[in-house]
Amino acid sequence: MKSTLINPVLNKEIRLRFRSSKSYIGIASYLGILGLISLGFIGLTLSYDYMGTFRPEESRSMFLLISMLQLALVIFITPGLTAGVISSERERQTLPILLTTAQSSTAIILSKLISSLSFLLLIVFATAPLYMIVFLYGGISPSNVVASFSLYAFAMLVIGSFGILASTIIRKTILAMVTTYSVAFFMTGGLAIITLMLTTFSYQFYNQGTDYIWPFLFASLNIPIMFFSVFEPSVMMEFQSMSGFGFSPWIIFFSFYSLFIVGCLIIAIRKLRPNMKIKSKS
Amino acid sequence: MIETVNLTKKYGSFTALNDLNLSISDGTVFGFVGQNGAGKSTTFQILATLMAPTNGTAFVNGVDVTKDPEKVRKVIGYMPDFFGVYDQFKTEEYLDFYGASYGLSAREREEVIPQLLELVNLSNKRDSYVDLLSRGMKQRLCLARSLIHDPKVLILDEPASGLDPRARIEMREILKELKTMGKTIIISSHILPELAEMCDEIGVIDNGKLIATGTVSEIQLKLQQQKVIIVMVTRDMEKTIRFFEDDPDVINVQRGSNGSIQFGYKGSDEDQQMLIKKAVMADIPMLSFKQLETNLEDVFMEITKGVEEG
Repeated sequence: MKSTLINPVLNKEIRLRFRSSKSYIGIASYLGILGLISLGFIGLTLSYDYMGTFRPEESRSMFLLISMLQLALVIFITPGLTAGVISSERERQTLPILLTTAQSSTAIILSKLISSLSFLLLIVFATAPLYMIVFLYGGISPSNVVASFSLYAFAMLVIGSFGILASTIIRKTILAMVTTYSVAFFMTGGLAIITLMLTTFSYQFYNQGTDYIWPFLFASLNIPIMFFSVFEPSVMMEFQSMSGFGFSPWIIFFSFYSLFIVGCLIIAIRKLRPNMKIKSKS
Repeated sequence: MIETVNLTKKYGSFTALNDLNLSISDGTVFGFVGQNGAGKSTTFQILATLMAPTNGTAFVNGVDVTKDPEKVRKVIGYMPDFFGVYDQFKTEEYLDFYGASYGLSAREREEVIPQLLELVNLSNKRDSYVDLLSRGMKQRLCLARSLIHDPKVLILDEPASGLDPRARIEMREILKELKTMGKTIIISSHILPELAEMCDEIGVIDNGKLIATGTVSEIQLKLQQQKVIIVMVTRDMEKTIRFFEDDPDVINVQRGSNGSIQFGYKGSDEDQQMLIKKAVMADIPMLSFKQLETNLEDVFMEITKGVEEG
Protein backbone atom coordinates (compact mmCIF):
# COMPACT_ATOMS: atom_id res chain seq x y z
CA MET A 1 0.00 0.00 0.00
CA LYS A 2 2.99 2.23 0.52
CA SER A 3 4.29 1.93 -3.00
CA THR A 4 2.78 4.87 -4.79
CA LEU A 5 5.51 5.25 -7.40
CA ILE A 6 5.18 1.72 -8.70
CA ASN A 7 2.45 0.65 -11.11
CA PRO A 8 -0.27 -1.43 -9.33
CA VAL A 9 0.04 -4.35 -11.75
CA LEU A 10 3.82 -4.44 -11.30
CA ASN A 11 3.39 -4.11 -7.55
CA LYS A 12 0.94 -7.01 -7.53
CA GLU A 13 3.12 -9.21 -9.72
CA ILE A 14 6.24 -8.69 -7.63
CA ARG A 15 4.34 -9.09 -4.37
CA LEU A 16 2.67 -12.33 -5.44
CA ARG A 17 5.84 -13.74 -6.97
CA PHE A 18 7.85 -13.27 -3.80
CA ARG A 19 5.06 -14.44 -1.53
CA SER A 20 5.49 -17.95 -2.90
CA SER A 21 8.18 -20.18 -1.41
CA LYS A 22 8.72 -21.59 -4.92
CA SER A 23 10.64 -18.43 -5.88
CA TYR A 24 13.15 -18.85 -3.06
CA ILE A 25 13.53 -22.56 -3.71
CA GLY A 26 14.12 -21.73 -7.40
CA ILE A 27 16.88 -19.22 -6.61
CA ALA A 28 18.52 -21.58 -4.11
CA SER A 29 18.46 -24.48 -6.59
CA TYR A 30 19.89 -22.30 -9.35
CA LEU A 31 22.75 -21.09 -7.15
CA GLY A 32 23.35 -24.61 -5.91
CA ILE A 33 23.69 -26.02 -9.44
CA LEU A 34 25.96 -23.21 -10.63
CA GLY A 35 28.07 -23.39 -7.45
CA LEU A 36 28.51 -27.14 -7.80
CA ILE A 37 29.60 -26.77 -11.43
CA SER A 38 32.13 -24.03 -10.50
CA LEU A 39 33.61 -25.96 -7.61
CA GLY A 40 33.57 -29.15 -9.69
CA PHE A 41 35.48 -27.36 -12.46
CA ILE A 42 38.11 -26.12 -9.98
CA GLY A 43 38.38 -29.53 -8.36
CA LEU A 44 38.75 -31.27 -11.72
CA THR A 45 41.39 -28.80 -12.94
CA LEU A 46 43.36 -29.13 -9.72
CA SER A 47 43.27 -32.91 -9.89
CA TYR A 48 44.83 -32.85 -13.38
CA ASP A 49 47.46 -30.26 -12.49
CA TYR A 50 50.64 -31.91 -11.20
CA MET A 51 51.56 -28.76 -9.26
CA GLY A 52 48.05 -28.43 -7.82
CA THR A 53 47.63 -24.78 -8.93
CA PHE A 54 44.73 -22.96 -10.55
CA ARG A 55 46.15 -20.62 -13.18
CA PRO A 56 44.62 -17.38 -14.60
CA GLU A 57 44.00 -18.98 -18.02
CA GLU A 58 42.09 -21.77 -16.28
CA SER A 59 40.18 -19.15 -14.35
CA ARG A 60 39.28 -17.55 -17.68
CA SER A 61 38.04 -20.91 -19.02
CA MET A 62 35.96 -21.34 -15.91
CA PHE A 63 34.47 -17.89 -16.37
CA LEU A 64 33.57 -18.73 -19.97
CA LEU A 65 32.03 -22.01 -18.87
CA ILE A 66 29.94 -20.39 -16.13
CA SER A 67 28.92 -17.50 -18.41
CA MET A 68 27.83 -19.73 -21.29
CA LEU A 69 26.03 -22.03 -18.89
CA GLN A 70 24.28 -19.08 -17.31
CA LEU A 71 23.29 -17.81 -20.77
CA ALA A 72 21.84 -21.23 -21.56
CA LEU A 73 19.88 -21.14 -18.30
CA VAL A 74 18.61 -17.62 -19.05
CA ILE A 75 17.46 -18.76 -22.49
CA PHE A 76 15.81 -21.77 -20.91
CA ILE A 77 14.11 -20.01 -17.99
CA THR A 78 12.88 -16.81 -19.71
CA PRO A 79 10.13 -18.52 -21.80
CA GLY A 80 8.87 -20.30 -18.70
CA LEU A 81 8.58 -17.04 -16.80
CA THR A 82 7.07 -14.89 -19.53
CA ALA A 83 5.02 -17.11 -21.85
CA GLY A 84 2.27 -17.63 -19.30
CA VAL A 85 1.82 -14.18 -17.81
CA ILE A 86 -1.24 -13.19 -19.84
CA SER A 87 -2.59 -16.59 -20.90
CA SER A 88 -2.51 -17.88 -17.32
CA GLU A 89 -4.57 -14.87 -16.22
CA ARG A 90 -6.98 -15.74 -19.01
CA GLU A 91 -7.12 -19.37 -17.88
CA ARG A 92 -7.64 -18.39 -14.25
CA GLN A 93 -10.42 -16.00 -15.41
CA THR A 94 -8.78 -12.98 -13.79
CA LEU A 95 -7.97 -11.26 -17.09
CA PRO A 96 -11.46 -9.90 -17.97
CA ILE A 97 -11.63 -8.13 -14.61
CA LEU A 98 -8.12 -6.70 -15.03
CA LEU A 99 -9.02 -5.49 -18.52
CA THR A 100 -12.05 -3.56 -17.26
CA THR A 101 -9.89 -1.52 -14.88
CA ALA A 102 -8.46 1.85 -15.82
CA GLN A 103 -5.01 0.33 -16.39
CA SER A 104 -3.79 0.88 -19.94
CA SER A 105 -2.77 -2.09 -22.08
CA THR A 106 0.76 -0.65 -22.19
CA ALA A 107 0.96 -0.53 -18.39
CA ILE A 108 -0.30 -4.11 -18.07
CA ILE A 109 2.07 -5.57 -20.67
CA LEU A 110 5.15 -3.66 -19.50
CA SER A 111 4.44 -4.41 -15.84
CA LYS A 112 4.11 -8.10 -16.60
CA LEU A 113 7.37 -8.07 -18.58
CA ILE A 114 9.30 -6.07 -15.98
CA SER A 115 8.11 -8.21 -13.08
CA SER A 116 9.05 -11.46 -14.84
CA LEU A 117 12.44 -10.14 -15.88
CA SER A 118 13.08 -8.64 -12.45
CA PHE A 119 12.82 -12.08 -10.97
CA LEU A 120 15.19 -13.46 -13.58
CA LEU A 121 17.60 -10.58 -13.05
CA LEU A 122 17.52 -11.30 -9.34
CA ILE A 123 18.49 -14.92 -10.04
CA VAL A 124 21.31 -13.84 -12.35
CA PHE A 125 22.63 -11.15 -9.99
CA ALA A 126 22.44 -13.62 -7.12
CA THR A 127 25.20 -15.54 -8.91
CA ALA A 128 27.56 -12.54 -8.71
CA PRO A 129 29.43 -13.97 -5.68
CA LEU A 130 30.31 -17.00 -7.82
CA TYR A 131 32.08 -14.69 -10.23
CA MET A 132 34.21 -13.48 -7.37
CA ILE A 133 35.94 -16.87 -7.41
CA VAL A 134 37.14 -15.99 -10.92
CA PHE A 135 38.49 -12.62 -9.75
CA LEU A 136 40.33 -14.46 -7.02
CA TYR A 137 42.40 -16.31 -9.60
CA GLY A 138 42.51 -13.52 -12.23
CA GLY A 139 42.33 -13.76 -16.04
CA ILE A 140 39.08 -11.77 -16.42
CA SER A 141 38.49 -8.04 -16.38
CA PRO A 142 35.51 -6.44 -14.60
CA SER A 143 34.37 -5.07 -17.98
CA ASN A 144 33.94 -8.68 -19.17
CA VAL A 145 31.64 -9.35 -16.24
CA VAL A 146 29.64 -6.15 -16.87
CA ALA A 147 29.35 -7.01 -20.59
CA SER A 148 28.15 -10.53 -19.84
CA PHE A 149 25.52 -9.33 -17.33
CA SER A 150 24.33 -6.68 -19.79
CA LEU A 151 23.96 -9.30 -22.48
CA TYR A 152 22.00 -11.54 -20.14
CA ALA A 153 19.59 -8.68 -19.53
CA PHE A 154 19.29 -8.00 -23.25
CA ALA A 155 18.74 -11.70 -24.05
CA MET A 156 16.00 -11.81 -21.38
CA LEU A 157 14.36 -8.78 -22.93
CA VAL A 158 14.44 -10.32 -26.42
CA ILE A 159 13.02 -13.69 -25.42
CA GLY A 160 10.75 -12.18 -22.74
CA SER A 161 9.14 -9.79 -25.23
CA PHE A 162 8.35 -12.66 -27.54
CA GLY A 163 7.08 -14.69 -24.57
CA ILE A 164 4.67 -11.89 -23.62
CA LEU A 165 3.51 -11.61 -27.24
CA ALA A 166 2.89 -15.37 -27.46
CA SER A 167 1.08 -15.28 -24.13
CA THR A 168 -1.17 -12.47 -25.37
CA ILE A 169 -2.14 -13.88 -28.73
CA ILE A 170 -2.21 -17.59 -27.87
CA ARG A 171 -5.01 -18.49 -25.47
CA LYS A 172 -3.46 -21.62 -23.93
CA THR A 173 -0.38 -21.24 -21.73
CA ILE A 174 1.06 -24.57 -22.80
CA LEU A 175 0.91 -23.58 -26.49
CA ALA A 176 2.35 -20.15 -25.76
CA MET A 177 5.24 -21.80 -23.91
CA VAL A 178 5.92 -24.31 -26.68
CA THR A 179 5.92 -21.48 -29.25
CA THR A 180 8.25 -19.31 -27.16
CA TYR A 181 10.65 -22.17 -26.48
CA SER A 182 10.69 -23.01 -30.21
CA VAL A 183 11.52 -19.41 -31.15
CA ALA A 184 14.12 -19.11 -28.37
CA PHE A 185 15.83 -22.33 -29.43
CA PHE A 186 15.74 -21.26 -33.07
CA MET A 187 17.31 -17.89 -32.16
CA THR A 188 20.11 -19.67 -30.33
CA GLY A 189 20.69 -23.22 -31.55
CA GLY A 190 18.89 -22.88 -34.90
CA LEU A 191 20.75 -19.78 -36.04
CA ALA A 192 24.04 -21.28 -34.83
CA ILE A 193 23.48 -24.40 -36.95
CA ILE A 194 22.55 -22.27 -39.99
CA THR A 195 25.70 -20.19 -39.44
CA LEU A 196 27.78 -23.35 -39.22
CA MET A 197 26.25 -24.80 -42.39
CA LEU A 198 26.78 -21.57 -44.30
CA THR A 199 30.40 -21.41 -43.11
CA THR A 200 31.17 -24.65 -44.96
CA PHE A 201 30.38 -22.86 -48.23
CA SER A 202 32.28 -19.74 -47.27
CA TYR A 203 35.73 -21.08 -48.10
CA GLN A 204 34.74 -21.61 -51.75
CA PHE A 205 33.81 -17.94 -51.98
CA TYR A 206 36.90 -17.01 -50.03
CA ASN A 207 39.13 -18.90 -52.49
CA GLN A 208 37.39 -17.17 -55.41
CA GLY A 209 38.01 -13.85 -53.71
CA THR A 210 34.24 -13.10 -53.49
CA ASP A 211 32.59 -11.63 -50.40
CA TYR A 212 30.22 -13.97 -48.60
CA ILE A 213 28.00 -12.11 -46.16
CA TRP A 214 25.53 -14.75 -44.90
CA PRO A 215 27.53 -16.48 -42.14
CA PHE A 216 28.42 -13.05 -40.77
CA LEU A 217 24.78 -11.90 -40.85
CA PHE A 218 23.43 -15.03 -39.17
CA ALA A 219 26.23 -15.04 -36.60
CA SER A 220 25.47 -11.38 -35.83
CA LEU A 221 21.90 -12.40 -34.97
CA ASN A 222 22.89 -15.34 -32.83
CA ILE A 223 22.87 -14.55 -29.13
CA PRO A 224 25.35 -17.26 -27.97
CA ILE A 225 27.87 -16.53 -30.76
CA MET A 226 27.73 -12.80 -30.05
CA PHE A 227 28.03 -13.51 -26.33
CA PHE A 228 31.06 -15.70 -26.94
CA SER A 229 32.63 -13.05 -29.17
CA VAL A 230 32.77 -10.67 -26.19
CA PHE A 231 35.52 -12.89 -24.78
CA GLU A 232 36.85 -14.34 -28.05
CA PRO A 233 36.45 -11.58 -30.70
CA SER A 234 38.47 -13.57 -33.25
CA VAL A 235 35.38 -15.64 -34.20
CA MET A 236 33.36 -12.69 -35.40
CA MET A 237 36.44 -11.04 -36.95
CA GLU A 238 36.85 -14.11 -39.12
CA PHE A 239 33.22 -13.95 -40.30
CA GLN A 240 33.54 -10.23 -40.87
CA SER A 241 36.65 -10.56 -43.00
CA MET A 242 34.84 -13.15 -45.20
CA SER A 243 31.87 -10.88 -45.61
CA GLY A 244 33.78 -7.80 -46.62
CA PHE A 245 31.31 -5.93 -44.42
CA GLY A 246 32.59 -2.90 -42.54
CA PHE A 247 29.79 -2.70 -39.99
CA SER A 248 30.32 -3.84 -36.43
CA PRO A 249 28.24 -7.00 -35.85
CA TRP A 250 26.98 -5.37 -32.64
CA ILE A 251 25.16 -2.73 -34.72
CA ILE A 252 23.32 -5.50 -36.59
CA PHE A 253 22.68 -7.40 -33.33
CA PHE A 254 21.32 -4.50 -31.32
CA SER A 255 19.38 -2.90 -34.22
CA PHE A 256 17.63 -6.13 -35.17
CA TYR A 257 16.75 -7.21 -31.66
CA SER A 258 15.73 -3.71 -30.54
CA LEU A 259 13.25 -3.64 -33.42
CA PHE A 260 12.20 -7.17 -32.50
CA ILE A 261 11.55 -6.20 -28.88
CA VAL A 262 9.62 -3.06 -29.82
CA GLY A 263 7.61 -4.95 -32.47
CA CYS A 264 6.67 -7.77 -30.08
CA LEU A 265 5.61 -5.36 -27.36
CA ILE A 266 3.59 -3.13 -29.69
CA ILE A 267 1.67 -6.13 -31.09
CA ALA A 268 1.10 -7.51 -27.57
CA ILE A 269 -0.22 -4.14 -26.36
CA ARG A 270 -2.56 -3.87 -29.35
CA LYS A 271 -3.83 -7.42 -29.03
CA LEU A 272 -4.40 -7.42 -25.29
CA ARG A 273 -7.79 -5.75 -25.51
CA PRO A 274 -10.25 -6.10 -28.39
CA ASN A 275 -10.30 -3.39 -30.98
CA MET A 276 -13.70 -1.91 -30.18
CA LYS A 277 -13.94 -0.18 -33.55
CA ILE A 278 -16.55 -1.81 -35.77
CA LYS A 279 -14.85 -3.33 -38.78
CA SER A 280 -17.78 -3.86 -41.11
CA LYS A 281 -21.22 -2.40 -41.47
CA SER A 282 -23.73 -4.82 -42.82
CA MET B 1 -27.77 5.54 -18.58
CA ILE B 2 -27.25 2.50 -20.76
CA GLU B 3 -28.37 2.39 -24.35
CA THR B 4 -27.79 -0.13 -27.11
CA VAL B 5 -28.50 0.76 -30.71
CA ASN B 6 -28.95 -2.12 -33.17
CA LEU B 7 -26.31 -4.01 -31.23
CA THR B 8 -25.27 -7.07 -33.22
CA LYS B 9 -22.62 -9.69 -32.59
CA LYS B 10 -21.88 -12.48 -35.02
CA TYR B 11 -19.47 -15.39 -34.72
CA GLY B 12 -19.14 -16.54 -38.32
CA SER B 13 -22.64 -17.51 -39.40
CA PHE B 14 -23.95 -17.64 -35.81
CA THR B 15 -25.71 -14.51 -34.60
CA ALA B 16 -25.31 -14.13 -30.85
CA LEU B 17 -26.96 -10.70 -30.72
CA ASN B 18 -29.42 -9.50 -33.27
CA ASP B 19 -30.21 -5.77 -33.48
CA LEU B 20 -30.57 -5.33 -29.75
CA ASN B 21 -32.14 -2.01 -28.82
CA LEU B 22 -32.26 -1.27 -25.14
CA SER B 23 -32.60 1.86 -23.08
CA ILE B 24 -32.06 1.94 -19.33
CA SER B 25 -32.41 5.25 -17.54
CA ASP B 26 -30.24 6.50 -14.69
CA GLY B 27 -30.87 4.89 -11.32
CA THR B 28 -32.82 1.99 -12.82
CA VAL B 29 -32.24 -1.60 -11.82
CA PHE B 30 -32.71 -3.57 -15.01
CA GLY B 31 -33.07 -7.33 -14.97
CA PHE B 32 -31.84 -9.14 -18.05
CA VAL B 33 -33.52 -12.49 -18.43
CA GLY B 34 -32.76 -15.20 -20.90
CA GLN B 35 -31.88 -18.83 -21.28
CA ASN B 36 -28.26 -19.97 -21.49
CA GLY B 37 -26.80 -18.80 -24.79
CA ALA B 38 -29.52 -16.19 -25.32
CA GLY B 39 -26.98 -13.37 -25.57
CA LYS B 40 -26.92 -11.90 -22.06
CA SER B 41 -23.21 -12.35 -21.39
CA THR B 42 -22.34 -11.17 -24.91
CA THR B 43 -24.28 -7.95 -24.28
CA PHE B 44 -22.56 -7.50 -20.92
CA GLN B 45 -19.11 -8.11 -22.41
CA ILE B 46 -19.70 -5.48 -25.08
CA LEU B 47 -20.90 -3.02 -22.43
CA ALA B 48 -17.79 -3.82 -20.38
CA THR B 49 -15.56 -3.14 -23.45
CA LEU B 50 -14.33 -6.73 -23.47
CA MET B 51 -15.81 -7.53 -26.86
CA ALA B 52 -16.36 -5.49 -30.00
CA PRO B 53 -19.79 -5.61 -31.62
CA THR B 54 -20.10 -6.67 -35.24
CA ASN B 55 -22.57 -3.88 -35.84
CA GLY B 56 -24.46 -1.23 -33.92
CA THR B 57 -23.14 0.33 -30.76
CA ALA B 58 -23.78 0.86 -27.08
CA PHE B 59 -23.59 3.89 -24.85
CA VAL B 60 -22.76 3.80 -21.17
CA ASN B 61 -23.34 7.03 -19.32
CA GLY B 62 -23.52 8.73 -22.72
CA VAL B 63 -20.13 7.39 -23.86
CA ASP B 64 -19.91 5.22 -26.96
CA VAL B 65 -18.21 1.93 -26.04
CA THR B 66 -16.78 1.57 -29.54
CA LYS B 67 -15.32 5.08 -29.61
CA ASP B 68 -14.08 5.72 -26.10
CA PRO B 69 -13.74 2.43 -24.21
CA GLU B 70 -11.18 3.91 -21.75
CA LYS B 71 -13.77 6.41 -20.55
CA VAL B 72 -16.43 3.70 -20.27
CA ARG B 73 -14.17 1.57 -18.04
CA LYS B 74 -13.96 4.39 -15.51
CA VAL B 75 -17.73 4.57 -15.02
CA ILE B 76 -18.59 0.87 -14.94
CA GLY B 77 -18.21 -1.82 -12.34
CA TYR B 78 -18.26 -5.22 -14.03
CA MET B 79 -18.80 -8.58 -12.42
CA PRO B 80 -18.54 -11.50 -14.86
CA ASP B 81 -20.52 -14.72 -14.49
CA PHE B 82 -17.33 -16.73 -14.03
CA PHE B 83 -14.27 -15.14 -12.55
CA GLY B 84 -11.06 -16.01 -10.79
CA VAL B 85 -9.27 -14.34 -7.92
CA TYR B 86 -5.62 -13.92 -7.04
CA ASP B 87 -5.43 -16.63 -4.42
CA GLN B 88 -2.29 -15.38 -2.73
CA PHE B 89 -3.83 -12.02 -1.92
CA LYS B 90 -5.54 -11.23 1.33
CA THR B 91 -9.06 -9.81 1.06
CA GLU B 92 -7.94 -6.28 1.82
CA GLU B 93 -4.96 -6.49 -0.52
CA TYR B 94 -7.22 -7.75 -3.29
CA LEU B 95 -9.42 -4.67 -3.03
CA ASP B 96 -6.38 -2.45 -2.61
CA PHE B 97 -4.90 -3.72 -5.86
CA TYR B 98 -8.06 -2.95 -7.81
CA GLY B 99 -8.42 0.40 -6.08
CA ALA B 100 -4.90 1.31 -7.20
CA SER B 101 -5.69 0.01 -10.70
CA TYR B 102 -8.52 2.53 -10.89
CA GLY B 103 -6.16 5.29 -9.82
CA LEU B 104 -7.42 5.73 -6.25
CA SER B 105 -4.85 7.26 -3.92
CA ALA B 106 -3.63 5.28 -0.90
CA ARG B 107 -5.68 7.53 1.40
CA GLU B 108 -8.86 7.00 -0.68
CA ARG B 109 -8.31 3.24 -0.66
CA GLU B 110 -7.76 3.14 3.05
CA GLU B 111 -11.06 4.98 3.46
CA VAL B 112 -13.21 3.06 1.00
CA ILE B 113 -12.03 -0.54 1.56
CA PRO B 114 -13.42 -0.92 5.11
CA GLN B 115 -16.72 0.60 3.93
CA LEU B 116 -16.98 -1.90 1.08
CA LEU B 117 -16.05 -4.84 3.29
CA GLU B 118 -18.78 -3.69 5.66
CA LEU B 119 -21.28 -3.45 2.79
CA VAL B 120 -20.62 -7.01 1.67
CA ASN B 121 -20.32 -8.39 5.21
CA LEU B 122 -16.68 -9.34 4.92
CA SER B 123 -15.18 -7.03 7.55
CA ASN B 124 -14.16 -9.99 9.68
CA LYS B 125 -12.34 -11.52 6.68
CA ARG B 126 -10.13 -8.55 5.79
CA ASP B 127 -6.93 -10.45 6.68
CA SER B 128 -8.03 -13.79 5.27
CA TYR B 129 -6.45 -15.11 2.10
CA VAL B 130 -8.91 -14.92 -0.81
CA ASP B 131 -8.23 -18.58 -1.49
CA LEU B 132 -9.78 -19.53 1.83
CA LEU B 133 -13.09 -17.71 1.26
CA SER B 134 -16.24 -19.63 0.39
CA ARG B 135 -17.87 -19.28 -3.03
CA GLY B 136 -20.48 -16.87 -1.68
CA MET B 137 -17.81 -14.77 0.02
CA LYS B 138 -15.79 -14.63 -3.20
CA GLN B 139 -18.91 -13.48 -5.07
CA ARG B 140 -19.45 -10.74 -2.50
CA LEU B 141 -15.80 -9.78 -2.63
CA CYS B 142 -16.00 -9.52 -6.41
CA LEU B 143 -19.05 -7.29 -6.03
CA ALA B 144 -17.11 -5.10 -3.59
CA ARG B 145 -14.26 -5.02 -6.11
CA SER B 146 -16.62 -3.80 -8.82
CA LEU B 147 -17.67 -0.95 -6.50
CA ILE B 148 -14.16 0.16 -5.47
CA HIS B 149 -14.08 3.21 -7.77
CA ASP B 150 -17.70 4.17 -7.02
CA PRO B 151 -18.97 3.50 -10.56
CA LYS B 152 -22.23 4.99 -11.76
CA VAL B 153 -23.13 1.85 -13.68
CA LEU B 154 -22.95 -1.73 -12.45
CA ILE B 155 -22.92 -4.61 -14.91
CA LEU B 156 -23.55 -7.81 -12.98
CA ASP B 157 -23.62 -11.05 -14.92
CA GLU B 158 -25.41 -13.71 -12.87
CA PRO B 159 -24.05 -12.49 -9.52
CA ALA B 160 -26.03 -15.10 -7.58
CA SER B 161 -25.21 -18.12 -9.72
CA GLY B 162 -23.87 -21.13 -7.89
CA LEU B 163 -24.74 -19.76 -4.47
CA ASP B 164 -26.66 -21.59 -1.77
CA PRO B 165 -30.05 -20.12 -0.72
CA ARG B 166 -28.57 -18.22 2.22
CA ALA B 167 -25.81 -16.68 0.12
CA ARG B 168 -28.41 -15.77 -2.53
CA ILE B 169 -30.46 -13.90 0.04
CA GLU B 170 -27.34 -12.07 1.27
CA MET B 171 -26.43 -11.10 -2.29
CA ARG B 172 -30.01 -9.92 -2.92
CA GLU B 173 -29.92 -7.74 0.19
CA ILE B 174 -26.65 -6.12 -0.93
CA LEU B 175 -28.12 -5.40 -4.36
CA LYS B 176 -31.18 -3.84 -2.75
CA GLU B 177 -28.86 -1.58 -0.81
CA LEU B 178 -27.01 -0.62 -3.99
CA LYS B 179 -30.35 0.25 -5.54
CA THR B 180 -31.01 2.71 -2.73
CA MET B 181 -27.59 4.26 -3.45
CA GLY B 182 -28.90 5.29 -6.86
CA LYS B 183 -26.65 3.14 -9.02
CA THR B 184 -27.78 2.16 -12.51
CA ILE B 185 -27.62 -1.61 -12.42
CA ILE B 186 -28.02 -4.12 -15.20
CA ILE B 187 -28.19 -7.62 -13.82
CA SER B 188 -28.79 -10.99 -15.34
CA SER B 189 -30.15 -13.98 -13.52
CA HIS B 190 -32.04 -17.19 -13.94
CA ILE B 191 -33.76 -16.66 -10.62
CA LEU B 192 -36.63 -14.67 -12.05
CA PRO B 193 -38.70 -14.10 -8.90
CA GLU B 194 -35.57 -12.58 -7.34
CA LEU B 195 -35.24 -10.21 -10.28
CA ALA B 196 -38.90 -9.23 -9.96
CA GLU B 197 -38.31 -8.29 -6.36
CA MET B 198 -35.38 -6.00 -6.94
CA CYS B 199 -35.68 -4.80 -10.55
CA ASP B 200 -37.56 -1.76 -11.80
CA GLU B 201 -37.58 -3.11 -15.34
CA ILE B 202 -37.07 -6.43 -17.01
CA GLY B 203 -35.82 -7.32 -20.48
CA VAL B 204 -36.32 -10.79 -21.90
CA ILE B 205 -33.75 -11.91 -24.47
CA ASP B 206 -34.01 -15.01 -26.58
CA ASN B 207 -31.76 -16.12 -29.44
CA GLY B 208 -30.02 -12.75 -29.40
CA LYS B 209 -33.25 -10.77 -29.73
CA LEU B 210 -34.95 -8.65 -27.13
CA ILE B 211 -38.46 -10.07 -27.12
CA ALA B 212 -40.05 -8.22 -24.24
CA THR B 213 -39.15 -5.24 -22.13
CA GLY B 214 -40.92 -3.16 -19.53
CA THR B 215 -41.78 -3.08 -15.87
CA VAL B 216 -42.47 -6.34 -14.10
CA SER B 217 -46.23 -5.70 -14.14
CA GLU B 218 -46.17 -4.73 -17.84
CA ILE B 219 -44.49 -7.99 -18.73
CA GLN B 220 -46.91 -9.95 -16.58
CA LEU B 221 -49.77 -8.20 -18.35
CA LYS B 222 -48.49 -9.53 -21.64
CA LEU B 223 -49.13 -13.03 -20.42
CA GLN B 224 -52.35 -12.14 -18.71
CA GLN B 225 -53.99 -11.74 -22.12
CA GLN B 226 -54.72 -15.38 -21.47
CA LYS B 227 -55.50 -15.62 -17.78
CA VAL B 228 -56.02 -18.98 -16.18
CA ILE B 229 -59.19 -19.20 -14.02
CA ILE B 230 -60.04 -21.92 -11.52
CA VAL B 231 -63.67 -22.23 -10.38
CA MET B 232 -64.74 -24.47 -7.51
CA VAL B 233 -68.34 -25.73 -7.42
CA THR B 234 -70.23 -27.88 -4.92
CA ARG B 235 -72.55 -29.56 -7.48
CA ASP B 236 -73.94 -29.17 -11.06
CA MET B 237 -70.54 -29.72 -12.65
CA GLU B 238 -71.94 -30.34 -16.18
CA LYS B 239 -74.18 -27.26 -16.04
CA THR B 240 -71.24 -25.12 -14.89
CA ILE B 241 -68.99 -26.41 -17.68
CA ARG B 242 -71.67 -25.68 -20.30
CA PHE B 243 -72.21 -22.18 -18.84
CA PHE B 244 -68.56 -21.21 -19.16
CA GLU B 245 -68.16 -22.87 -22.56
CA ASP B 246 -70.91 -20.57 -23.89
CA ASP B 247 -68.85 -17.47 -23.10
CA PRO B 248 -66.88 -16.32 -26.22
CA ASP B 249 -63.83 -15.23 -24.14
CA VAL B 250 -63.52 -18.61 -22.42
CA ILE B 251 -61.21 -21.19 -23.95
CA ASN B 252 -60.34 -24.77 -23.21
CA VAL B 253 -62.61 -25.59 -20.23
CA GLN B 254 -61.27 -28.58 -18.30
CA ARG B 255 -62.72 -30.57 -15.42
CA GLY B 256 -60.32 -30.75 -12.48
CA SER B 257 -60.33 -32.84 -9.33
CA ASN B 258 -62.44 -32.11 -6.21
CA GLY B 259 -65.09 -30.11 -8.02
CA SER B 260 -62.75 -27.68 -9.77
CA ILE B 261 -63.00 -26.40 -13.34
CA GLN B 262 -60.08 -24.70 -15.08
CA PHE B 263 -60.20 -22.57 -18.23
CA GLY B 264 -58.33 -19.87 -20.10
CA TYR B 265 -59.85 -16.41 -20.30
CA LYS B 266 -59.12 -13.73 -22.93
CA GLY B 267 -61.52 -11.03 -21.72
CA SER B 268 -60.67 -7.78 -19.95
CA ASP B 269 -61.07 -7.19 -16.22
CA GLU B 270 -64.53 -5.65 -16.88
CA ASP B 271 -65.56 -8.71 -18.94
CA GLN B 272 -64.36 -10.91 -16.10
CA GLN B 273 -66.55 -8.97 -13.63
CA MET B 274 -69.54 -9.46 -15.93
CA LEU B 275 -68.83 -13.18 -16.23
CA ILE B 276 -68.86 -13.60 -12.45
CA LYS B 277 -72.09 -11.59 -12.23
CA LYS B 278 -73.73 -13.72 -14.95
CA ALA B 279 -72.62 -16.95 -13.21
CA VAL B 280 -74.21 -15.82 -9.95
CA MET B 281 -77.41 -14.80 -11.81
CA ALA B 282 -77.48 -18.22 -13.55
CA ASP B 283 -77.37 -19.85 -10.13
CA ILE B 284 -74.00 -21.54 -10.68
CA PRO B 285 -73.09 -22.96 -7.25
CA MET B 286 -69.60 -21.41 -7.08
CA LEU B 287 -67.52 -21.76 -3.96
CA SER B 288 -64.72 -19.73 -5.46
CA PHE B 289 -63.63 -18.00 -8.70
CA LYS B 290 -59.89 -17.64 -8.68
CA GLN B 291 -57.42 -16.20 -11.18
CA LEU B 292 -54.21 -18.23 -11.16
CA GLU B 293 -51.24 -16.10 -10.13
CA THR B 294 -48.56 -15.97 -12.78
CA ASN B 295 -44.99 -15.24 -11.79
CA LEU B 296 -42.07 -14.13 -13.91
CA GLU B 297 -41.01 -17.71 -14.35
CA ASP B 298 -44.33 -18.42 -16.14
CA VAL B 299 -44.00 -15.20 -18.15
CA PHE B 300 -40.51 -16.11 -19.24
CA MET B 301 -41.44 -19.65 -20.19
CA GLU B 302 -44.50 -18.43 -22.06
CA ILE B 303 -42.70 -15.69 -23.98
CA THR B 304 -39.67 -17.78 -24.95
CA LYS B 305 -41.94 -20.69 -25.93
CA GLY B 306 -43.83 -18.32 -28.19
CA VAL B 307 -40.64 -17.24 -29.93
CA GLU B 308 -39.41 -20.77 -30.40
CA GLU B 309 -42.74 -21.81 -31.89
CA GLY B 310 -42.85 -18.73 -34.08
